[in-house]
Amino acid sequence: MLGYLFYILSGLTILTAIMMIAARNPVHSVLYLIATFFMVSGQYLLMNAQFLFVVNIIVYAGAIMVLFLFVLMLLNLNKETEPQKSMKTKLAGVIAGGLLLITLLGALIKGNVSSENLPITDIGLVKNLGRVLFTDFVVPFEISSVLFLSAMVGAILVGKRHNGETEVISE
Amino acid sequence: MGVLIRRNGIVLLMCVELMLNAVNLLFTAFSTYFQDSAGQIFVFFIMVVAAAEVAVGLAILVMIYRNTKSVDISLLDKLKH
Repeated sequence: MLGYLFYILSGLTILTAIMMIAARNPVHSVLYLIATFFMVSGQYLLMNAQFLFVVNIIVYAGAIMVLFLFVLMLLNLNKETEPQKSMKTKLAGVIAGGLLLITLLGALIKGNVSSENLPITDIGLVKNLGRVLFTDFVVPFEISSVLFLSAMVGAILVGKRHNGETEVISE
Repeated sequence: MGVLIRRNGIVLLMCVELMLNAVNLLFTAFSTYFQDSAGQIFVFFIMVVAAAEVAVGLAILVMIYRNTKSVDISLLDKLKH
């Protein structure tokens, strides 16, 4: 039962991810990306990582995607005339992605990962993860808060309109 | 792959998010497999870094749009000439 659910979720994840890359309209891309994030959250739930499930939905689908949609509306790209890259570049991209896929598949096959009788773990629960986070990983946790502060200040500084900077850079 | 074949800056950033999500999924899978909670803590930190990266990246993108009236990243090849 859970196995079928896993296969359905994986197929939908890959499908929505490919649709996201292939979509012409950036708004459709954002919507497909939201769908992909929800599918990935479902995968977390299947692995009994409930903390990551909740955090993924709140942070990615809630915060980051709203930020993307907000900027998309702000930039007002209603008539998207995105020039296509040349065939050579597309071919290089496909070959690079395919090589990465082959490498990962080879590593997985050689790695001899067996999937039988995995015990149900409870390390993904909020209680256990919180204990580990605030005992073994306190210093990285605090440093990440400083990183957030600096990113916030940097984003405001970059996004602020300086005086006399309205001219359009010519080709 | 999307990073290589698209030129829209916003879609590019979204593709980076997608790649980070793939890494997160792999980390979680192996953390469950090896019964080690350090992997899930690492996923949490990756999410933190991704959120900061999106904030700064979108600010830079808005700045680019304000200067060039476009989010086409292929206009930004002045270093080549």
